Amino acid sequence: MASPTRKPRLAVWKFASCDGCQLSLLDCEDELLAVAGALDIAYFMEATRGRIEGRYDLSLVEGSITTAHDAERIREVRRRSRRLVTIGACATAGGIQGLRNFADVAEYAAAVYARPDYIATLATSTPIAEHVPVDFELRGCPISKRQLLEVVSAFLAGRRPVTPAHSVCVECKLRGTVCVMVAHGTACLGPVTHAGCGALCPAYDRGCYGCFGPKETPNPASLSGRLAALGMDGGQLGRVYRSFNANAPEFRQESQRHGRQDEPQDDQG
Amino acid sequence: MAGKTSRKTIRVDYLARVEGEGALEVVVRDGRVQSAALSIFEPPRFFEAFLRGRAFGEVPDITARICGICPVAYQMSSVHALERALGVTVEGPLRALRRLLYCGEWIESHTLHAYLLHAPDFLGYAGAIDMAGDHGEIVKRGLQLKKVGNEILTLVGGREIHPINVRVGGFYRVPRRRELAPLAERLKWAREAALETVRWVAGFDFPEAERDYLFVALRHPGEYPFNEGRIVSGRGLDIEAADWENHFEEIHVARSTALQARLKSGESYLVGPLARYALNADRLSPLAREAATEAGLGAVCRNPYRSIVVRAVEVLYACDEALRIIESYEEPDAPAVPVEPRAGSGCAATEAPRGLLWHRYRLAEDGSVAEARIVPPTSQNQAAIEEDLVAHIQGCLELPDEALRERCELTVRNYDPCISCATHFLKLTMDRG
Ligand code: SF4
Repeated sequence: MASPTRKPRLAVWKFASCDGCQLSLLDCEDELLAVAGALDIAYFMEATRGRIEGRYDLSLVEGSITTAHDAERIREVRRRSRRLVTIGACATAGGIQGLRNFADVAEYAAAVYARPDYIATLATSTPIAEHVPVDFELRGCPISKRQLLEVVSAFLAGRRPVTPAHSVCVECKLRGTVCVMVAHGTACLGPVTHAGCGALCPAYDRGCYGCFGPKETPNPASLSGRLAALGMDGGQLGRVYRSFNANAPEFRQESQRHGRQDEPQDDQG
Repeated sequence: MAGKTSRKTIRVDYLARVEGEGALEVVVRDGRVQSAALSIFEPPRFFEAFLRGRAFGEVPDITARICGICPVAYQMSSVHALERALGVTVEGPLRALRRLLYCGEWIESHTLHAYLLHAPDFLGYAGAIDMAGDHGEIVKRGLQLKKVGNEILTLVGGREIHPINVRVGGFYRVPRRRELAPLAERLKWAREAALETVRWVAGFDFPEAERDYLFVALRHPGEYPFNEGRIVSGRGLDIEAADWENHFEEIHVARSTALQARLKSGESYLVGPLARYALNADRLSPLAREAATEAGLGAVCRNPYRSIVVRAVEVLYACDEALRIIESYEEPDAPAVPVEPRAGSGCAATEAPRGLLWHRYRLAEDGSVAEARIVPPTSQNQAAIEEDLVAHIQGCLELPDEALRERCELTVRNYDPCISCATHFLKLTMDRG
């Protein structure tokens, strides 16, 4: 990686986002100083005004692309980064702001701003990987700080991070949580959702709502059948897949199966 | 050069320039600062638009994502406003737990700001990591104090960022008394650390700067305000949250994606720690009040640089209050009160760490959102920030632009603007005429 005389350089970048994923790094209270010892934090506006110019060994990218300007900026970040890892649902799937992809952004702007003509924005919110090659994607809204540390250590050691792609259901079993869907008839996205949170919601007596996006090879159509049997109507089924990972292809397609007829049909198949 | 328009832009390297999270344009004529315009380039995310059509129960999970640094504030303002629309009140231990959760967010957010973002400015470091080289023990104390805030959020909310346990009507699951006991032990340590923090920051060198702010904050009959109270000002305003739109308005400035709020009379105003303290110092716990006096705060503090001291006092208060809540906590019979969908409207304001956060919702008959409006603290403070900058720059016009830029950044950081619109790198354009 870096020459033996200097520590690897870490940069943290923000695009359209809530800052929660980069905050996860500062939330590693017990590990932060060790991380800062192993790496040069070369660019991290949330934490420091000190900056090192030039190239970065590892760039963590938070947020989605929603402006023409940001579409340019991510290319420059890519050019200057040896490895680029996207962190969080905004960066990996377009985030909650990706709900505009199912709507008319001009109407959205008019609903929020007195002067929509002052607002320059793209019609879509898209993940980083649609714009530049990405070395690794870390899921979650927000990401898990345990997994973030795993990613950083893995890149320091030059290996692939270990972040299992199985479902939240597996995490419930590992944790010993009784299935909320079987035991209480609570609607839960656990069967189709990517692990990483540690099966948090079921441990708090609620169903998973899909922060980590689709797991590897999910079967949302079969889950929708069960959710319908639990009493969800078409509108609810359309919405349940439509939150922070609404534009992840498997969630997008499933929501459109239940969605309104008048909205734009899937073009990202 | 007099009379000729020449605009000087501080050298900003390519990436940093396009990063442009905040830019400041200053116009100087005949040695007087005429205006300072702060632009915010945060790309719009359109929450109020896509909230429409969502069921009321989905709202707190969505509004949390407006800000990863103060998600609880967004959850709290939305559940309170929705409960008003739905005719539900949450009382007793459920109400106390919400207050406890808010204590966690204040401790976490204020400590993050004081130790990691603001203190390095006063001590001459680029950030806390550099500061840790010379002040290792202090930075560790700050990180541990911040962690205690996060431990409250994790236990009561499920996780630190975007808690999963908040719902309209209460919670999904409530903690047992015995789960809270270890937290109380941690909080006793935190209370001591918070007291040391107040003493530490009170010893910083503060620039002389007093401004006659119009303070606006919540005020509650018996509590330092988090979740409830009337909206009051230092000049006699005293209204319900539902009346906010009759007294305040938001203006859309061309240069910014953030709306700017003002009183309808046109005055700018200030929300946040200085305002809360000025209007509610008598509601602090005895320990926090004593610490404030010892730190030399007086009844009102009008120096924005000293806001770091007020934040430290509020952290101390939040530790004290969290302990009080845990000690008197009784497990409720149910984690939430029942809520039935119906048509209605509701407004609520709560005190985010950065100040008053106002929400209004109109619900359709099936309980889905027909209209939503959200006014965050940073947009309310923006006009006051610009006025501060004018006053500040006037006093140091002789400085070269680079030094001036650093001073401006420091001034803006006094307000702890959400990092979404922060100014760790401010692009300064000086038009010196
Ligand atoms: S993925 Fe979620 S937590 Fe992360 S930046 Fe986006 S909205 Fe925030």
